[in-house]
Amino acid sequence: MASRDDILRAVRTHRPPPADLPDVGGQGITYLDRPRQFAELLEAVGGRCVFAADLAEVNRVLAALPQYATAKKIVSLVHGAGAANVDLNRIEDPHELEDVDFAIVHGRFSVAENGAVWVTDEGVRHRAVLFLVQHLALVIPAGAILDNMHQAYERLSFAGPGFGVFISGPSKTADIEQSLVIGAHGPRSLTVFCLGDVGQDTAPSGYAPRTSTSTGST
Amino acid sequence: MKHPELAAEFVRNGPRAHWHDQALWFVRARRDRAVQQVPEWEWLRETASRIKAHTFANLAGYLEQFEAQATRLGAHVHWARDAAEHNQIVLGILQRHGVRRLVKSKSMLTEECHLNPFLERHGVEVIDTDLGERIVQLAGEPPSHIVLPAIHKTKEDVGALFHEHLHTEKGASDPKYLAEAARRHLRDKFLAAEAGLTGVNFAVAETGGFVVCTNEGNADLGVSLPKLHIACMGIEKLIPRARDLGVFLRLLGRSATGQPITAYSSHFHGPRPEGELHIVLVDNGRSDLLGREEFRRSLNCIRCGACMNTCPVYRRSGGYSYGATVPGPIGSILSPARDPANYASLPYASSLCGSCTDVCPVKIDLHHQLLAWRRELAHRGELPWSKRFAMKAASVVLRSVTLYRFAGAVARWLVPKLPRFLVYNRFNAWGRQRELPPFPPKSFRQLYRERHGKQG
Repeated sequence: MASRDDILRAVRTHRPPPADLPDVGGQGITYLDRPRQFAELLEAVGGRCVFAADLAEVNRVLAALPQYATAKKIVSLVHGAGAANVDLNRIEDPHELEDVDFAIVHGRFSVAENGAVWVTDEGVRHRAVLFLVQHLALVIPAGAILDNMHQAYERLSFAGPGFGVFISGPSKTADIEQSLVIGAHGPRSLTVFCLGDVGQDTAPSGYAPRTSTSTGST
Repeated sequence: MKHPELAAEFVRNGPRAHWHDQALWFVRARRDRAVQQVPEWEWLRETASRIKAHTFANLAGYLEQFEAQATRLGAHVHWARDAAEHNQIVLGILQRHGVRRLVKSKSMLTEECHLNPFLERHGVEVIDTDLGERIVQLAGEPPSHIVLPAIHKTKEDVGALFHEHLHTEKGASDPKYLAEAARRHLRDKFLAAEAGLTGVNFAVAETGGFVVCTNEGNADLGVSLPKLHIACMGIEKLIPRARDLGVFLRLLGRSATGQPITAYSSHFHGPRPEGELHIVLVDNGRSDLLGREEFRRSLNCIRCGACMNTCPVYRRSGGYSYGATVPGPIGSILSPARDPANYASLPYASSLCGSCTDVCPVKIDLHHQLLAWRRELAHRGELPWSKRFAMKAASVVLRSVTLYRFAGAVARWLVPKLPRFLVYNRFNAWGRQRELPPFPPKSFRQLYRERHGKQG
């Protein structure tokens, strides 16, 4: 604890003059057509956006996806979407997910300015599935597309332990001579299904902690 | 270290230096396009800078708040005064868990602390999992850029390296093929790892959580398979509220690579079920910098690398010419703060054009700080003899009108008559790669008087 006290003392001794904390609410770019902006941005970062009226349509699109059609091991955490043959809840060790080809997972909401989808580990026993699978599909409510990141954080609350991630497109790298390669270590493709009516705002408070009750605000 | 000497090595290969320059300018151009999509960009920069100023003015309190919240979430928080203590803490955690194989995502802090060689000396295999970092690790080199660690390597270089270490086909240089080979290699390492170590992009005092940004997903793979996660952060990474992340995440990806956001922005709050999370808070000179009014804004840095990509000197001299973990304009401020005598040449590795200040997403007044460092180093007597002598001579001559006129007249008359070796020699750094401009036969005063005389 000596180091802790030393550091805090040094930081207090060298304290700069006071400065106000600026307000960050209610700011940021907005779009006339959020779903379209989100779809364009998602494609620009290497993902694919599909607007589907219902789960039957999701399944029709999935069946036509070569990555899905050829997948041997499939995880689905979205009830009614895809034909899962691996039950995440019955797997003890996430290393066993190594050869899963396709996973379908719920996203909470998405952000039009950057094509990102907010995904949490609520109800996901092994979050490794998000990163280890060859191909990932996320299903979000079509009405849950926000304009920008400021709106996103207004919806989020981090009251308890948990994991959440903004995913914007598939895993990628440009570390070899600035050439973009999709599928660095993680998923080689990302498909986002926007399900239902785009007209209503159905964005939930995105972050329900595993323990204690959620204090999320919408 | 001397920047001009190390840079001379880099520029000796002309075509390659030009290629390096263009590669970075390409990233700068992408940044510009991304920034133009955000009408409120200047508001974002201003707000980010103000959030940092507020945080630093209340840093001790925010650190305590972060510690309390992180602990409440089930994380273990450690404090390290310097690099040695940081390395010892990490090793201690690994040893308690019997870890022999560690995967790491990018962390400039652990580079600064030279963690890898330290752990390797103690029998821990350390694998850097960011592709660029893995490339330079295989080559036995440090990163040459903080965001693009292998920017100095061509695809042919990487092909040769992978042929040697990963047994790819000889002569193969297709980035897609090479990245696929690295994917297979690194996925094996992820699956075999017993612990994962990440850096921290932002830590949130209010919630006790932190955010790690990658494009490859390597940080997430590294910490979602093994049960042990160690996160190392400098104390300046703290921000007060979760909603401040909205400001910083909008700035970071666009400034770094021209992406609207990185592919993965992962928010960790506490360990995962059945897992263990350790957070190491590191000072290593940061609290000193906090007390120096002229230089404290350099702590705003979010390590986006935009100042490097735009810097005419960095682009043409390469990351290794700075001899430090963080190169470029921001490195030229941070390094002398750590070791003024050794890094005295870095504040001079700048044309003071101010482009770095213009692109900096957190409004660090980089070129002003570089100038301030020059003054500081002169006061400390850290300038080389040649610069000190030249400045003294200039000061004597420029203070006396008679002496100035006389020196000018002598130079105009004498220098053009001198043999080459007396003008172009080791004392004339200016003349090393270029010719001096021709000496005019008449001074400005003479010309002015002649014209004025005619008109009047």
